Amino acid sequence: MSTPDTAGAQHPDLTARQIKRMKRFDNPWRNPKLAWGAGLLLGIIAVGLLGRLVWNLDLVFTASAPLKLPPVGFENLRGQAGEWAYPLGTDGSGRDMLSLLIVGAPNSLLVGILASLIGMSIGIFLGFSAGFLRGRVDDVIRVLSDVMITIPPLLILVVFQAAYGDVSLTMMAILIACFVWQSPTRLIRAQVLSMRESGYVQMARLSGAGTMHIMFREMMPNLVPYLFGSFIANVTTSIVTAVGLEVLGLGPQRIPTLGRTIYEAINSGALIQNLWWWWGIPTLLLAVMFIGLLLINLGLDEVSNPRLRKL
Amino acid sequence: MNRFVTLFLTIFIAATLIWIIPRLSPVDPAEIALGRMAAGAGSVANSDTILEQLRARLGIDQPLIVQYARYLGGVLRFDFGLSTANFPTPVSALIANALPWTIGLMLVSLLITFFVGNLLGALMVWEHSPKLVRVAIPAAMVFTSIPPILSGLLLMWIFAARLQWFPLTGAYGLTVTPDWSWSFVQSVLYHGFLPALSIVVVTFGFWALGMRGLMITVQGEDYTTLAKAKGLRPRYILYRYMIRNAILPQITAFALKIGLLIAGQVLVERIFAYNGMGKLLYDAILNQDFPVIQGVSFVIILMTALSVFIVDLVYPFIDPRIRHGG
Repeated sequence: MSTPDTAGAQHPDLTARQIKRMKRFDNPWRNPKLAWGAGLLLGIIAVGLLGRLVWNLDLVFTASAPLKLPPVGFENLRGQAGEWAYPLGTDGSGRDMLSLLIVGAPNSLLVGILASLIGMSIGIFLGFSAGFLRGRVDDVIRVLSDVMITIPPLLILVVFQAAYGDVSLTMMAILIACFVWQSPTRLIRAQVLSMRESGYVQMARLSGAGTMHIMFREMMPNLVPYLFGSFIANVTTSIVTAVGLEVLGLGPQRIPTLGRTIYEAINSGALIQNLWWWWGIPTLLLAVMFIGLLLINLGLDEVSNPRLRKL
Repeated sequence: MNRFVTLFLTIFIAATLIWIIPRLSPVDPAEIALGRMAAGAGSVANSDTILEQLRARLGIDQPLIVQYARYLGGVLRFDFGLSTANFPTPVSALIANALPWTIGLMLVSLLITFFVGNLLGALMVWEHSPKLVRVAIPAAMVFTSIPPILSGLLLMWIFAARLQWFPLTGAYGLTVTPDWSWSFVQSVLYHGFLPALSIVVVTFGFWALGMRGLMITVQGEDYTTLAKAKGLRPRYILYRYMIRNAILPQITAFALKIGLLIAGQVLVERIFAYNGMGKLLYDAILNQDFPVIQGVSFVIILMTALSVFIVDLVYPFIDPRIRHGG
């Protein structure tokens, strides 16, 4: 890493300010979109973790509070005002909204991240296999990924969950993972196919490096930026799928998730009764989550594609 | 040829998955049916005999191979058996009622998002766009990442529940009879507005973002520079040179996106109680009506696979640079 002084010497035409600007873009963590996106997601996780310590989470399970109480500062249709004991109000069975969110939001995020990680591992394995072994193996993997891209995961999962009833969060993540491996697979396959002919891979091979060494030491570092983008996109897809199932009343039945809370609200006619906080706050939280993920993806695009930086 | 193989495999694998999954489940459909009868009648005598008869009726007393062969044979004829919740009604009849609604809603929202999204994405890059466009569209982009159910809930609450400008649920008014009269069409458009809008609001950004990336590439191409040097009108260059070249990859994405959109639309339909496949699927889930769940899932997968197939076939006509088998 060069200091600003030597960088100035290397680029005599540029003003110090322009160099500073370039440097800011070169360091991914200084990219504002990336930072905001990561900040939003970390914030949700932090609130989830801290909330577990500070807030009384028994309120998720005890339905002792008054029903349909609005958030502090609002009144519901019966004229009840919000109470500080339940700052974000209560749901139709008297559960504390804040507790539901503290437990539910990290659960929703967890399903997405877990599913995406599993999908990523499958993708890395299949992608390298297809790119390295080529021939039959490549054909089978390619056709399979073409086929799976066409099938909407939600529908297969609906059939599955309707047949099995209750599932755990982990089970749901594993199921969703079966449908999010294609994009990393394609990415890695394409890159491996082009990279295996490139100079540095040939050099490594000539110097006697094993296949594993070439794959993970030589090729992987070049793939990381792409894989990260694909990972974030898969987290979004996984959460959308999970929330979709939950809103249909499928998915985990006894574990609070944001989708489940929305499902219960819709089923109790929360829209007509103007119980906006019941479905609105989980919706808002999901929106924040998706915006965070979008910002990270846009930021990654800018970091890896210099042409977009000008805009 | 390869495309035919993919199409066939997609349909085959999807049909098989839909068949295998419920059979791996420990739940016995005959017992569910018996349970429903018992719940209706209080108690059922000779339950063992009835269970046997139900199994024979549902065809699950046969060996698995025979069941599978029968199922595949049925799928080819769009025969998914009888709905267990609305007992004597065939699944295909239920689907035939719901499908036009889903396709109609989908086509309208898909076409609007595709055109609006791509145009806005192009304007974001175009150097002659008004400043407002360049600022307002990226701001609207935050909606992109939100799934349509959430936008549906929000729009429904604001415009149907609070302001009461639009109806809360349904695909047409209770007072009109479904025929081709103007009042019916009016009612359908009125009821379809919010569901379509909730899909449009959150999906146009996807196209705008993609188009933006493609336009940036096209902007630097020689033919754009040449067109400018020739002194052509900027608007002409935008439509005839830039958008026309940039839009091609978007058309492939269009086909792949249909699957996701249908899945998203199923949820929108469920929220708005719109008479399409989504509502049919939701009711079937509530009643554990497996023939209907299988049938609806299969038809939606078929629609997705076919649209990808068709776009693949049509693509060479849009982009002469690509010729199959060439």
